[in-house]
Amino acid sequence: MLKDITLGQYFPGDSVVHKADPRMKILITLVFLIGLFTVKSWLGFLPVLVFTVFVIRISQVPFWYVLKGLKAIAVLIAITGCFNIFLTEGTVWFQIGWLKATYEGLNLAGFMLVRICMLIVITSMLTLTTTPIMLTDGIESLLNPLKKIKVPVHEFAMMMTIALRFIPTIMEETDKIMKAQSARGADFESGNLLQRAKAMIPILVPLFISAFRRADELAVAMECRCYHGDQNRTKLRQLHFSGIDALAAVFTLLVLVFQFVIEGMTL
Amino acid sequence: MIEAKEVSFSYDDEETNTQKIVVDKLSLTINKGEFVAILGHNGSGKSSLVKLFNCVNIPCAGKVYVDRLDTTDEKVLFDIRSRVGMVFQNPDNQLVATIVEEDVAFGPENLGVPPLEIRKRVDDALKAVDMYAYIDAAPHNLSGGQKQRIAIAGILAMQPEYLILDESTAMLDPMGRREVMDTVKRLNRQGMAVILITHYMEEAAQADRVIVMEEGRIFMDADPKKVFSKVEEMKSLRLGVPQAAELAYCLKKGGLDIGETVLTPEAFVEAFQRRIQ
Repeated sequence: MLKDITLGQYFPGDSVVHKADPRMKILITLVFLIGLFTVKSWLGFLPVLVFTVFVIRISQVPFWYVLKGLKAIAVLIAITGCFNIFLTEGTVWFQIGWLKATYEGLNLAGFMLVRICMLIVITSMLTLTTTPIMLTDGIESLLNPLKKIKVPVHEFAMMMTIALRFIPTIMEETDKIMKAQSARGADFESGNLLQRAKAMIPILVPLFISAFRRADELAVAMECRCYHGDQNRTKLRQLHFSGIDALAAVFTLLVLVFQFVIEGMTL
Repeated sequence: MIEAKEVSFSYDDEETNTQKIVVDKLSLTINKGEFVAILGHNGSGKSSLVKLFNCVNIPCAGKVYVDRLDTTDEKVLFDIRSRVGMVFQNPDNQLVATIVEEDVAFGPENLGVPPLEIRKRVDDALKAVDMYAYIDAAPHNLSGGQKQRIAIAGILAMQPEYLILDESTAMLDPMGRREVMDTVKRLNRQGMAVILITHYMEEAAQADRVIVMEEGRIFMDADPKKVFSKVEEMKSLRLGVPQAAELAYCLKKGGLDIGETVLTPEAFVEAFQRRIQ
C-alpha cells in the first residue's frame, strides 16, 4: 500500500501550463499570493479568480482534482470562520448565550474563506503542473543570486533531489521492517497513543541505521561519479524562458493592474 | 592500462587498535579491453584493491597508475574517476536522481560537459544498456537488474575505459544477474575493459582472466580454465568452482576422467559424450 503513494501531487499532462518555465510559474504564484493579501473588497478577487479559472482550464487538470486540495484544510477554514463570525464586533445577527454572531463577522469570514481557498488553489496549480524535480530546478535557479552571499543553494537543491529520490525507497523499507517486526509478534495497532508511539521504536531504529548506511554508500557512489559540488557543473536540462512565459508574465501584470483599478473604484 | 606497483593499503581497526593490512605489496597490470574477474572470500582485499584504481582508496605504499596517471595526484582525480567507472552492489544506493535520464546525466554534469553533448551521451548510454525505453521512468519503479543497468549507463555516460563491477550482481535475482552479465559482456566486446568482482563462479568463468585473491595478495592469476582446474586449491580458499567443473572433478575422483576442464554445462555434456563414446 505504501508503494502507491505519489510524489508531491503532480498531475501529468502536456499543456502550456505544464510546459511553462518553472521559475516563471513560481514567480507568478508568489505575485498572486501577495496580490491576494492586498485585496480589500469582494470585487477585487474577480481578476485573480478569472485568471485562475482560465489557467486551470488550459492546464487540462480537472476542476474537481484541483478542489480536492481544499478538503485537507476544511477544518481550518471552519475554525477560522467561526472565530471571525463570533469574535468580530458589529451588528448582531443571532446570539447563542454570550456568543454573538455579527454581520460584519460573517462578511469577514466569507472574505477569509475566499482568500484561503484561492491561496490553496493557486499554489496547488503550481505543484499540480510542475514535477518536483522541475520545482527544485526552478527554486535553485531563482535563488542563484544568493550564492554570492555564500548561501549553499546548490547543496540545498541537491539535498531536495536526493530526498525526493529516496522517499519511495525508504517507504518500501519501512513497509518491509514493519512486516518483519509483525512477523515476530510486534503489535502496532492496539494500545493507547503512548504505547503505539513506543511500538514505533523497533521500526525507527533499523530504519535510521539503514538510512545512514545508504547515505554512506551513496556518498561514495557520487564521488566515484566525480561529484564535487557545483564548481564547473553543467546541467542536462536547461531552463528556457519562452514566448509563453513572457505572455504569462504580461497576463499576470494585467490581472494585477485590473485588481488595483477595481479596488480603487470600489474604495 | 591500469598498473599497480607493489601497492599496499591498510586501515585502522578501531576495535583492536591495530593497522589492518588489506592489500599487501600487490603488483598487477590490467590492459585495455580485458575482461578480468576477481575472486576471493570476504576480507581477501578484492574490494579494497579495485577502490585503489579509482582513487576511493589511496595507497599507503606503492603506486597505482591509470593510463600513466598517478592515483595519488589530486590534480588528475576527476580524470581518473571518469576513466575508471565503478558500479556498486546495492542498486538503490547509487542512483541519485528521480528520473532515469537525470541520473545517467549526473556524471557528465559533474564533469562540466556541455548540455547538448550530455543529451547525446545519455541517449547513447541508455541504448548501450538497452534501457532507452525507460528514459522517463522513476528508478524506484524498476527491477533490480534494470536499476543496475541504469547505474552502468550512468558510468558509461562518463565515457570510461574501465568498468569496475563491485559485486554488482550480488543483490539481484537470476534474471537480473543475466541482464547485467549480458550487458557487461556486450560492452566488453565493444572494447570496454571490465573488472568484475563476484561470488558467482559461473560469472567469473565468462571472463578472459581470473585473479584469485587471498590475504591481500594475488593467489592465482590465469585464464578461467586453468584456475577452475585447481578444484582443491579453490576449496581450500573457501571458494567454489562452476558446477560443471565440480561435477567433472567428482567424476574424476570416482574414476571417470573426462579430460579437459569444463566451465559450462554445454561444454561438460560435449566432453562427457566424447569420453563415453
